[in-house]
Amino acid sequence: MIASREVIAKNVFLFCAMASAAIVLSILLFMIALGLPLFKGSASFSLLTGPWAPHQGLYGIFPMIAGTLWVSFLATILALPLSLGTVFVVTGLGGTRLRRILGALVRFMTAIPTVIYGFVGIFLLVPLIREAGGGAGMSVLAAGIVLAILISPTMILFFADSLLAVDPSYVQAAKALGASRVQRLLYVMLPKAVGGMASGFILALGRALGDTLIALMLAGNAIRAPHGFLDPARTLTAHIALVKAADFDSLEFRSIFACGIVLYLFTTAAVVTVRLMERERKAVP
Amino acid sequence: MAKISLRLLVFLAFFSISAAPGMAGTLDAFKGQKGTVKIAGGTAHIPVMQEAARRIMTLYNDIVITIAGGGSGVGIKQVGEGLVNIGNSGREPTPEEIRRYGLTIHRWAVDGVAVVVNPKNPIKYLTKDQLKDIFSGKIVNWTALGGADHLLTIYTRDEASGTREVFWEKALDKGAISTKALFVQSNGAMKTAVANDPYAIGYVSVGHIDKSVIPVALNGVTPTLETVKNGQYKVARGLYSNTKGEPAGLTRLFIEYLFTPEGQQIVADKGFIPVK
Repeated sequence: MIASREVIAKNVFLFCAMASAAIVLSILLFMIALGLPLFKGSASFSLLTGPWAPHQGLYGIFPMIAGTLWVSFLATILALPLSLGTVFVVTGLGGTRLRRILGALVRFMTAIPTVIYGFVGIFLLVPLIREAGGGAGMSVLAAGIVLAILISPTMILFFADSLLAVDPSYVQAAKALGASRVQRLLYVMLPKAVGGMASGFILALGRALGDTLIALMLAGNAIRAPHGFLDPARTLTAHIALVKAADFDSLEFRSIFACGIVLYLFTTAAVVTVRLMERERKAVP
Repeated sequence: MAKISLRLLVFLAFFSISAAPGMAGTLDAFKGQKGTVKIAGGTAHIPVMQEAARRIMTLYNDIVITIAGGGSGVGIKQVGEGLVNIGNSGREPTPEEIRRYGLTIHRWAVDGVAVVVNPKNPIKYLTKDQLKDIFSGKIVNWTALGGADHLLTIYTRDEASGTREVFWEKALDKGAISTKALFVQSNGAMKTAVANDPYAIGYVSVGHIDKSVIPVALNGVTPTLETVKNGQYKVARGLYSNTKGEPAGLTRLFIEYLFTPEGQQIVADKGFIPVK
C-alpha cells in the first residue's frame, strides 16, 4: 500500500517536472517555427542590425535590442549600490529593530504590482526628468531608475541569504580578534558571500531584461536606438506589446518572434552564467 | 367604469409612446433572437459598440455580443478570415482588401483626427507645413514656433492604428514621422500623455477631445464636430463596420441598429458625427 502510494507520488511529481520542462522547450520551438520566415533569405542579418521602418519594409530590431540593454544595465547598475547598502544594514550594521523593519519592507516591496511603480514613475519621475534634463522625460533614465527599485528586492534578498549563510565561526573568530562590525562585514563575510551575491545580481539583471510594463510606460517607445540616458528607448518586451496588434500575416507581426528569440537567449545566457558560477563555487570550497 | 378604463387606455398609450424610442421599439427586431455576435478591430469604435451591445443584451439575455480591440488592420483581417462577425476599421478598407475577403462595408459615423497640445502651450495655430516639419523632426524646439524654449515631444501611435493612418495620409501627406517620436497605445493614452506633458504634440480622434488637451487649428481651421461635419476640416475619416459578404441574422440586425435613430444617437453621444 505504502509502496504503491510512493509510486503514484513519484509519477505525479515526475509528470509535473516533465510538463514544465516540455512547456519551456515547446515555447522556444514555437517561436523559432513562427519566426522562421524572417530568418530565411538574405534579410536575416539585417533583422538583428537594421532599423525598424515598416513602411519601407525594414523590420530590424536592433533599436529594441539596444533599448533593452541600455535600460536593463542602467537599472542593475543603479540597483547594485542601493541593494548593497540596504543589505549591509539588514545583515550586520543596523540595530535589531531597524533590521526587522527594513527586512519586512523589502519583502513587502516584492509584492507591489509593477503597474504601481510605472504609474508613480509617470506622474512623479517623468516630469522631474523633463524639467531637469530638457528632453521628453520619458527616457532610459526614467525607466532605469524605476526598474532599479523594482529589481532591488531580488538583489537584496539574494545578497542577504548569501551573507547570512557565511559560517558563523569565521565571524566569531574575527570578532575574537577584535574586528569591528564593519571590518567583519567587509573582510570576512563579503569575500565568502561574493559568489552567491553575483548570482543574485545576474538574476536581477534577468528580471530587468524581461520586464515589460515599466519600459512600456516610462521609456517612451521611440523606434530609434538610444544614444544617451535622456533619450527615449523601446525595449524588446515593449516592442512585442506594441506590435502584437499588427496583422497576423505581416512580417511586422513575425518580427515579434525574432524579439522573443533574442530575449530568450538573453535570459538563457544570464541563467547559464549563474549556474556556471555556482558550479565553480562548489568546486572551490 | 368606462371613464376609468378610458383613462387607463390613455395612460397606457402615453406610456408606450414615451417608452418606444428608448426601449423596446427599435430593439424589437432582436426579439426572440439568440446567439453570439463577435466584434473586433478599431479601437475608436469601442465606446459605441459597447453602448449598443449593452442596450441589446440588457433586454435580450439570449444574445451575447463580444467586443475586442486590436486595431483596424486586425479587424479587417479577422472578419475576412471568418474569426469574427464584424471587423471594425477606422479607415476605409482598401479595394484589395474588399476584393480579397469579399467585404461589405458599413460606414456609420464620421470622425476627425485633430492635432492636440497641452493646455499650457500658447500655440493654437499651425500651418500644414509647420506640422510636417514638426513631425518629420525638422522643428525641434517650441521657440521656432513662438513657444517656450524647450524641446518639443512628438507622440504617435503604432502602425495598426487607423487614427495614425488617417493622420499620416491627410495631415502629413504621407510625410515622414521622426524616429524620435514616442509611442502610445490608444486614443486614451495619447490624451493622457499630452495632458501631462507641457511640451507635447500629438493627435487624437476629435470625439476624444476634452478640457485636458487643446486642439490646434490647422491652416486656420479648428477641428471641431462642426468643421469636420461641414467638410472644412479635412483630416477626417469614416468609422466602418465590415462584414464578409452581406451580413445575415444577428449580425445584420446589429449593423441595422447602428443606423437607426437610436443607434445614431449613441454615435452622437459618444462624440462622433452620425451619418444620418
